[in-house]
Amino acid sequence: MKILVSVKRVIDYNAKVRVKADNSDVDLANVKMALNPFCEIAVEEAIRLKEAGVASEVVVVSIGPKTVQEQLRTALALGADRAIQIDTEQMPEPLNVAKLLAKVVEAEQPGLVILGKQSIDSDNNQTGQMLAALTGRPQGTFASAVKVEGDKAVVTREVDGGLRTVELALPAIVTTDLRLNEPRYAKLPDIMKAKKKPLEVKTPTDLGVELKQHIELLKVEAPAARQAGIKVDSVDALVDKLKNEAKVI
Amino acid sequence: MSEYQHPYKDVTFALRELVGFDQLCEQAGLDEVNGELAEAILEEAGKFGAEVLAPLNQIGDREGATLGEQGVQETAGFAEAYQAFVESGWPTLTFPGQFGGQALPNVLGTAVNEVWQSANLSYSLCPLLTQGATEAILHHASDELKAIWLPKMVSGEWTGTMNLTEPGAGSDLAAITTRAVPEGDHYLITGQKIFITWGDHQMTPNTVHLVLARLPDAPAGVKGISLFIVPKFLLDEQGEPSVRNDAHCVSLEHKLGIHASPTCVMSFGDNGGAVGYLVGEPHQGLAYMFTMMNHARQAVGLQGLGISERSYQQAVAYARERIQGTRRDGSKIAIIEFPDVRRMLMQMRASIEAMRGLALLASAEADRAKAAGDEAQARQHNERVELFTPIVKGWLTEMSQEITYLGVQVHGGMGFIEETGSAQHYRDARILTIYEGTTGIQALDLVGRKILRNQGVAINSLLDEIDDFTRQLASDPEMALLSERLSKALEYGRQATRWLLETGGQTDWAPGAVSVPFMMLMGYLCGAWVSCRMAQSASAQIAASEGDIEFLQAKVITARFFCEHLLPRTSGLLETILNGSESVIALPESQF
Repeated sequence: MKILVSVKRVIDYNAKVRVKADNSDVDLANVKMALNPFCEIAVEEAIRLKEAGVASEVVVVSIGPKTVQEQLRTALALGADRAIQIDTEQMPEPLNVAKLLAKVVEAEQPGLVILGKQSIDSDNNQTGQMLAALTGRPQGTFASAVKVEGDKAVVTREVDGGLRTVELALPAIVTTDLRLNEPRYAKLPDIMKAKKKPLEVKTPTDLGVELKQHIELLKVEAPAARQAGIKVDSVDALVDKLKNEAKVI
Repeated sequence: MSEYQHPYKDVTFALRELVGFDQLCEQAGLDEVNGELAEAILEEAGKFGAEVLAPLNQIGDREGATLGEQGVQETAGFAEAYQAFVESGWPTLTFPGQFGGQALPNVLGTAVNEVWQSANLSYSLCPLLTQGATEAILHHASDELKAIWLPKMVSGEWTGTMNLTEPGAGSDLAAITTRAVPEGDHYLITGQKIFITWGDHQMTPNTVHLVLARLPDAPAGVKGISLFIVPKFLLDEQGEPSVRNDAHCVSLEHKLGIHASPTCVMSFGDNGGAVGYLVGEPHQGLAYMFTMMNHARQAVGLQGLGISERSYQQAVAYARERIQGTRRDGSKIAIIEFPDVRRMLMQMRASIEAMRGLALLASAEADRAKAAGDEAQARQHNERVELFTPIVKGWLTEMSQEITYLGVQVHGGMGFIEETGSAQHYRDARILTIYEGTTGIQALDLVGRKILRNQGVAINSLLDEIDDFTRQLASDPEMALLSERLSKALEYGRQATRWLLETGGQTDWAPGAVSVPFMMLMGYLCGAWVSCRMAQSASAQIAASEGDIEFLQAKVITARFFCEHLLPRTSGLLETILNGSESVIALPESQF
């Protein structure tokens, strides 16, 4: 079975996010970028399935300018077999991503597509679900456990109030939650080998997808600075404030 | 306790702009290696250091290694970290492919080693000593011994140690008394060694000790010392560790710092003799040790950088969050806003960037020597390695004392409290000016072996190179201030060198009396030289509107701070060198 994993280049979770002076967007110039943590978990899961003999090939795909090749190389160093970059100037919005991925799925015919449930920059949590709809494949989102049994995938999902286990007929779509696994560190020899693994570049036109913009970014603002707290002199005063000022109880 | 983050941008900038990494790899014929790969490797190393090794640093300080029935027990968590380190292939980085290494350039190994040393100095000593022992076998042992011992040492599955020092033989190794008696195909070793770093632990199934000892027919003094492999466990026919050898840690030292690094008293042959195998030829042990000395000494210099970087990061984090003082409008002030705190942070930063530049530049000289087209070129680069080594070891580690001192000082009273973690860096740094040759030994090596012995040829060639650069810098109006400072210090360097060659060197005592000031002067001069070179690159990039403007501007400002606050020390040092040697020894010994 082939597994397709989509990965996204995002601002490093350690980096400080700054808003551009004109509030038009987040300033990404010269900021450290990294593999989206949820995507890293998706790569790890795919590699584990390969190591367990369930999968025979792991293909990673990313969308964006040439710089996303860095993240593809990272995924290759972690153990993916080959990579596809879909070359676009901008990072497209979820529906466009899902459409592009749907075309890759059509071409590659993976038994399983694993995606991060969301990216830590835009936090949309939409692509996996849209891809499932576009390809007509069953979906198991927010996975904290994935088991492939014959032609089925058993996925434990983290839902409000507990865990829900679903059985999906393969081929299927899975999106990862944080607790699915703990990604490994890339090994030195594998970092070196990653340079030689195949990386194919395609354009949206090659895939027959026209990128359309449905969302307009109006303004980005930094969160308001936190106000200094106050001390209350009794529990009663605290309860009173929580009830009447904060209105949270 | 702040978290460690690898200064990736600064390191890659120095590799690219100062070392010229891509061009170096090309020269060396390493088609597969370039800056891009180096960056991928450094990023992963930085991640491993920050996430796996750094969290164990403070635990290791509080709960250091202990000695029990089974030998030395390392700090909890270290074995798992070491296992992950080996599985990730980090020990293999610079070793030849033949024995499972990745054959990457020495300078990249240096950049990666900085990560381990910053993240956890005590831990980093184990792979460092293993590297040293592995190099010794690689360069001097027979093919047979190499085949037996190297693969698992290169991979890190077995660790290595260096057993030189004895109670009566420290800086003077001629006094070694450990004995080796031939018995069949091996030797029996008897004697005691002290200060053996990571001499025992439970992290790996075997440890390979390299031991200096005397054969029965050995001539007296340094010419009668041989080198032996003495494993903790003897190997069975499959090459797996089996029988326990007669080599044991009998005591652990209680130390000021690096508590997680077990410093062992090793006893060989308490029960009849430890089995050992001769490395290379008899009586060549010390010569073999010397071939590894440049690498080992530069590596300790790098530790000075590593611990300084960690101390700096922690000081910055504290200075940002520590609120002390109120403005007129009632808003609160973080101490990082106070000019004197800024001075301390700038001093730490400017020193560190210069130290890093010099460490990388010096270690790249070894790669250049290896890649040289002809013998004359190779000799030149090797000469530079020789010259830089005592400066890197001596100056970087001396600087680390001041930097970790400032790290504590920025914390104020909290710096004196162990809980904050800054004091650990101050204590851990203290060994660095001592082991692998004290500062005094480094300075003597510089003035004696590296300058007087060749009548100043090597140092003058370096000074000429700095001179050329200074002239070139002067033609750039943006760099006028830096160029002016640098040329002044260069003149001091020339005067000091002339004094040494013409006056000081004529006596037995004068060079030794002011050798440390001389070495420090050269350190500041070289530090300013590399800082200005990086500032010049940064300035050119700014002019071309390339790169991260804030980062590049910071490079220029930091170099300026170095030239204005640290480089002027060269003037005082020169005065001491020219006039101060006599008062050092004027007082009769009886007056002390």
